[in-house]
Order: sequence, then structure tokens, then C-alpha cells
Amino acid sequence: MPMDGTAAAPAYLRITDVTKMFGDFTALKDVSLEVNEGEFVCFLGPSGCGKTTLLRAIAGLDIQTAGKVEQAGADISALPPAERDFGIVFQSYALFPNMTVRRNVAYGLENTKMAKADIEKRVTELLELVGLPDQGDKYPAQLSGGQQQRVALARALAMSPGLLLLDEPLSALDAKVRVHLRAEIKDLQQRIGVTTIMVTHDQEEALTMADRIVVMNQGVIEQVGTPQDIYGRPATAFVADFIGTMNFVPGSVIADGRVSVGGTELTVDTEGRAPGTVVTVAIRPEDVAVHDADMSSENAFEVTVQHMEFLGSFYRAEIGSGAFADHVVQADFSVNLVRRNDLKVGGTTRVSFPPAFIRLFTGDVR
Amino acid sequence: MSGAATAAAAAPGARIKPRMGRDDWIMRGAMVAIGLFLVLGVLLPLYTMMSKSLEDSDGAFVGLANYVEYFSTPALFYSIYNSLWISVLSTVIVLVTAFIYGYALTRTCMPFKGFFRMVTLVPLLTPSLLGGISLVYWFGNQGVAKELLLGESIYGPIGIVIGSSYWVFPHALMIVITALAVTDARLYEAAEALRASKVRTFFTVTLPGAKYGLISAAFVIFTLVFTDFGVPKVIGGSYNMLATDIYKQVIGQQNFQMGAVVSVVLLIPAVLAFAVDRLVQRKQVALLSARAVPLVPTPEPVRDWSMFAFCSVVAAIIICMLGMAQYAALVTFWPYNLELSLNNYNFDVMDGGGWEAYFNSIRMSLYTAAAGTLIIFFGAYLMEKGRGFQGGRTAFHMAAIVPLAVPGMVLGLSYIFFFNSPHNPLNGIYGTMLILVLVTVVHFYTVSHLTAVTALKQMDAEFESVSASLKAPFYRTFLRVTVPVCMPAILDISMYLFLNAMTTVSAVVFLYSSDTTLASVAVLNMDDAGDIAPAAAMAMMIAYTCAGARLLHALLTRGLARTTQAWRRR
Repeated sequence: MPMDGTAAAPAYLRITDVTKMFGDFTALKDVSLEVNEGEFVCFLGPSGCGKTTLLRAIAGLDIQTAGKVEQAGADISALPPAERDFGIVFQSYALFPNMTVRRNVAYGLENTKMAKADIEKRVTELLELVGLPDQGDKYPAQLSGGQQQRVALARALAMSPGLLLLDEPLSALDAKVRVHLRAEIKDLQQRIGVTTIMVTHDQEEALTMADRIVVMNQGVIEQVGTPQDIYGRPATAFVADFIGTMNFVPGSVIADGRVSVGGTELTVDTEGRAPGTVVTVAIRPEDVAVHDADMSSENAFEVTVQHMEFLGSFYRAEIGSGAFADHVVQADFSVNLVRRNDLKVGGTTRVSFPPAFIRLFTGDVR
Repeated sequence: MSGAATAAAAAPGARIKPRMGRDDWIMRGAMVAIGLFLVLGVLLPLYTMMSKSLEDSDGAFVGLANYVEYFSTPALFYSIYNSLWISVLSTVIVLVTAFIYGYALTRTCMPFKGFFRMVTLVPLLTPSLLGGISLVYWFGNQGVAKELLLGESIYGPIGIVIGSSYWVFPHALMIVITALAVTDARLYEAAEALRASKVRTFFTVTLPGAKYGLISAAFVIFTLVFTDFGVPKVIGGSYNMLATDIYKQVIGQQNFQMGAVVSVVLLIPAVLAFAVDRLVQRKQVALLSARAVPLVPTPEPVRDWSMFAFCSVVAAIIICMLGMAQYAALVTFWPYNLELSLNNYNFDVMDGGGWEAYFNSIRMSLYTAAAGTLIIFFGAYLMEKGRGFQGGRTAFHMAAIVPLAVPGMVLGLSYIFFFNSPHNPLNGIYGTMLILVLVTVVHFYTVSHLTAVTALKQMDAEFESVSASLKAPFYRTFLRVTVPVCMPAILDISMYLFLNAMTTVSAVVFLYSSDTTLASVAVLNMDDAGDIAPAAAMAMMIAYTCAGARLLHALLTRGLARTTQAWRRR
């Protein structure tokens, strides 16, 4: 499909106020989103959040109840899938079991006016692209899961679609294969520059592969941003909780830049909240800093280590003290640090919550 | 959530009306066409039949007058009691036998299981009439073992129950075996670990596990016996049953209105049994667990050998039934000249249709298998794999289920009313081969449809999505992927249709003409005329043909597994 790159970088895919109802159930609620050309976007969220529904609406497989979908400047809202421009890969691979790998990849091409020799050339090219140059004459059942998913990828890319849709492509694979393949898919996507949307419930996958992540929950978009944004500056408590681990402690604003948590005052950007506002203070376990006893810094206080769980390269400790009443906070301590500071259950240490890493959410969101 | 609130949520953006692509048009068009085929083949004829039951012989509406007449004629309504009594008795006998037989096949280490399983397929290869004919030779007036009945006559309830039990046995056994085969070995391990006795385990684990299968089998037996026409026709003597009443009213007395009344009376319990069975089956599906560990029986000499003895008796009865029919077919003149000859196979010198009837049957069965498989599988595909059009697809599924509830006699009579009407533009197919094929396809539609749906459900749900994204028209994917992958199921469907078309009597008995007599109808007519030996010979011709077809099917399936299904192997 031709691209009109004349306007100031128009979005390649624009979704406006998309709503999808299944009977009385609202699966998507007024979802709007823009995806730029060549971008790798992940839809991330728990099961039932609407991410697959949104993908299927974009593909035309389950057309939205209301709202607009535009691709490359054209309104495709009501088009059947066959009249849209996309390639798709499913978790189940959906390879035709009675055809060889080559026939699977060639399936779409054979439907065009393309000459036979050209088709064969293109298939060879695609199989090389996905790293399976000599598996062409095997049947899907003779390949491993990872190999089958590469074939599915080659088949989806065969028609050089403007948009590549990946529906949980790695979820059926073993952990090791998954890690390997996600790097490969990302690399492939960058080389051919195809605009890609991937649906996943695996945050690690989204964080490692995406240019931008769309976090969804209960049919709405919670946040759109780069992996660093999403992880470091979660916009909502849901995002903060869903991605990585987050401590939530209730508190209230005392003054501009000051928050009280269980009697202890913390310095933190209150983002203009009025004094007296009930807030939830959030900090990630790895952002809790341990200090030597004599060192003083902002938001530092004495805590007791109540529990330690060994997780290989680090310990996840539960710390608490009079500092924030009976709230227990998790903190990650490296093995090295534990050894150096001789940390153990029942012992005390000094920690700080660096202001830059604290997030505030209005209300008690736990 | 209230409807108003959700409507308000959806209010901003205009409602999208999905545009239908070329595939959608073709798929929906084809599905509507096959749906209309079902409407024309089942619903309209049934409707015509029911309205006929409210008319007098001149076609004037008389309300329930025919029913009043029916229920005030003891000779007629007493058949309801007869039919119910025979069906219940047969159900009990067959259910108990099938359960023990099925238990022996699935849960014991009895020797020769393969043989015992094969023997039970025999009744499926013959028309239900054959059992009746065989009983005549065993226990009839000149029967070889007449004395065993202690003076009772085989012509009547005794004969009907034995003959019916014989031919419905495999149908019940298949369901029971399926129910007993799906069990979880871990349940038995748990029972053993909890020190439950064998008897207690049987009543607390085995029986409850097979409960729904047994209920389902009971309904199937009941319905088959209740609606069967062949056995009571041959061996029933003057004992009236509903299915034979329809035949007598229509063929004997040309009283079509009363035939319609009896049909409705026959239809109601059949529909009820069918509806209850569907409800029960839905429950059974929910009970199955995908992670069940299969149970492997361990040897237990006492149990295994007593089961062997039981199964031997059942197998012997089945073999004796078929064997006597074969012997009678070969005997020159029973009981005076027991010399063997092929005289009885000289059908052309007898009334009933001759060899032409046999070849008509083969032609009809081949057409039914070919056309039926095509229509049924394609219809199931469109219903299962089409996009959108939810209402249409649900309606189609319901229409496809209806034929199972309609007894063959009722369907056949309905066709007379519907297609023989001078007002019907399709009137021309009456008396042709086409109407025989049509009625047979419709009669056996549901089981084939469900087989196809099961096979289609096992395929990846996203094949159609992928091919749409690759711009391949749906029929290309249907022909290149769906059909090859489902080939074993397609062969099963065509085999099922062929066997049933060869052996069915009930629906076609009203619809054949002198040019289109069928072998199974010839068996009936020769038996009616007193030519019982030739009738046995013709029934055996059907049996040989069905056995041959089955063999061919087995070879094809095996060959297919070796060649086109190579991808199944790793």
C-alpha cells in the first residue's frame, strides 16, 4: 500500500474511540491509539484486558462495535480481513499441517499473479530470513515449536504486508527458546522495518522487544510509553503494580514536596497536590538504597529486616520499623551487599527512599 | 450491568457495520442454500404431514376429528401401549447386555477381544428385516428350534423383542464402549488406596462414570425400537405397533389422514426422547477431563473367563442369526429339500423387483454417499468456520439436528404429502431416484453432520484467519487444507451414509416406484409375498455388499494414512 509521507509524520495506524461489545460485556471502551510507521508496539495486560480483542479489530477478524481504524491514511474500519493489509502470526502457529514448509510460506504468493520461479525465489529468501534455509521440505509436525513459529513468521511476511500482527507468538514455547526467539523477531523487525503490533501478557517480552508499550486493563488503555517510561514512571497504580514489583504505602501530603507515611516524613515531588490529600507512596524494591550507618541522606531511616528470601543473584527482604508504622516494604539486596553489611533477619540497617524513584498516586490505591 | 448504561458507553462513535467481502457473500449464500435444502427436506414435509392429520380425505379442515377417531378405535390406540411395552423391554435387555459386553471389551483382560468387537458389527451390515427372517427359520412354524419356545409363538412380542434387540445391540454397544473408555485410572488408584472393595469401586466409580453414556444408550435403543418398522413387519404377526400401523393405514387402506395421525403419535415420544438425550449429552461433555490417565485393565482370571463365557453366548446368538439367514438363502426348498443351491438368488423370477432392485440400491447408496457427504460436510464447514452471521449459523445447526428426531416412517409419509402434491413445483421428483436419495440424505443427516463438526472442531481455529490475511479465497483453503486434513472423517461419513442407504427400509418404503425398487424393499415385499427364502437371499446380498464396502473403507483409510496423511507422522 502506498505511503504518503507528505504530512508531518502522520501515524501509520490510527485507532479512534474503538469500542467492542460482546453482548452486554464491554471488551474495549473508547480506545484511541496511534502507531507510527516502522514502530514495534506491544499490547500488554492481564488476560481479559482486551488486548487480543483490539488486535483482532485491527485485523478485521472481529470488527469493533464502534470507532474508527485507519491504516496508511485509509479508513479500514468496516473492511473484511481479506481486504486489509496485514500479516498475522498466532500462538498456535496455525501452519497448514498437510503442506510442507515451502508450500506454507508460498500459500499467499500462489494466489497472486506471481510467476512460479519468482515464488520459489521469494520463499527461499524468506526461509533464509527466518533462519530455516534447509527445512523447506519438511512438514510442520517434523519441526520444533520454535521452528514452526519461524515458518509462521515467514508466511506472514511473504506478501510484504504493511502491518505485522503477532498474537502471543511466543507463549507456547519453552522458556529458553522464547528468550532466543524474541531477540530474533526484534532483530528481524528492525531489518525489514515493518510496523509491528504484538500482543503479550509477558512483561519481560514487552520490555525487551517494544519501542512503545500499550498497557491495557479492563478494556481501556492505562498507559502508552517506552519501556523505560512504563517501568520507571508508571502513570497509574495498575501499571505500577502490573509491571515489575512495587511497594505501596498509604500516606498523605503535608506540604508541597513533603508526604507523611505512618508518622515519618518523606521528601518527594507532590506534583501540586494540596496538603491533606490522601496518597499512596510507591517505590520499587530495587530502588530502596542501603546506607552505612553514619551516612545521612534524604528519606533515610532505620529499619529491621523481618524476612529474607534468597532468589539467586539477590535477596528480597521484608523490612519494617516504627518508621512507617506496621507497613512492610520489600527491598532487593544484592548478595554482595548482604555479605558486606552482614544483613540478617532480625538485624537492623539504614535505608533510604531516593526521591527521584518515588511515585505518588492519589488516594489509597492498594 | 444495565442495558442502558452499556448503550450509553457505546454511544460516542457511530456503530460500525462490517462490510462483507466476497468470501462472506459466498459462504453465507452457500449456507443459506444448504439451510433451505434442510427446510425443504425436513421442515416443510413435516409441516405438511401435520396439517394433513387435521384434514379429511377431501382436504377440508376438520380439526382434531381424526385424532378423536384414532383414540376411540381400540385397535389403533392400543398400538401405543404395544410400542411402549416392546421398546421398554428391549431397552432393558439390550442395555444390560451391552453394558456387560462393553465392560468386558474395555475393562477386562478377556481373550479374543478383537473378534468379539468385530462380531458386533454384523447387525449393522444388514437391514433390520434380516433378524426377523432369521427368527422365522429358527422358531417359526417350521423352525428348527421351535420347541424351545414351549408352545409360544415367535410371531408377536417375543419375536419383535428378540429381533429388535439383535439389530440395535451394536448401536447401544458403541455408546457404552465410548462411555466406559473415557475414564481416569487415577480414580481407581484413589479408590484402591482408600481400600474400597471391588464391588464398592464398581458402584461408586465405574457406574457413575458411565452414567451419562448409559442414559444416552437407553434413549437411543428406545427410539430405534420404538420407531423401527422392519422387525415388527416381518415377525410381528398380528401384534400391532405404531410404525407398522402407519404402513398398514397408508399402503393397506390408503387412509392417508389416519397415517398422518399415527405419524404424529409416533413422532411425539421420539422427539421427547431425543430432546432429553441432547440435554444429557451436554452434561457428559462437561465431565470429561483432558488430563485423564487411561485405565489399563489387569488380568483377573475368574472375571475374565466369566466375561469370555458371556460374550461367547452373545456372539454366538449374533452369528446364529446371520448364519441361519445365509443357510436359509441357500437351502433349495425349506424344510423339504435341504439341498444347497443358488435358486433363491434367482430374483428375476420372483416378485419384488429382481436383480434390478439390488443394482438400484447400489446406485442409490452411491449417490447418497457422494451427494450427502458433499452437502453435509460443506454445510458443517460453513457453519463451523464462517465469520459473523451468528444467528444464521445457530439456526442452521438447529435445522441440521432435527432429522435425528424424525422416524423414517414419518419422514417417508411426509414426503408423499409434500412432494406428491400437484401444487408443489418439485412434484416432478416424486417416484424418481432423486427423491430416494433426498430422503435418505436427510434421514441420516444429523449423525453425519455431528461427525463433520467434531472433525472440524479439532482443526486450528485460525486457519481461516491466516488465509484471509494471505488473501486466499476461503474455498481454496477449504479444498487444500480442510478437506485433506479431515479426509478420515469424510470417509467415515460417506461409509455411514452408504451402509444406511443400503439397509434402510422405513423412509423409502413409501417413495419407491416400479422403476426404482430397492433391495431392502424387495426383501420386505418378497417376505410379504411368502417368498421368505429369496428374501433372506436378498438380505444376504445387502450384507455382502455392506461388508465389502466396509472392507474397502478400511483399506482406503489405511492407504490414506500411509500416503496423503504422511504429515501426521513425525
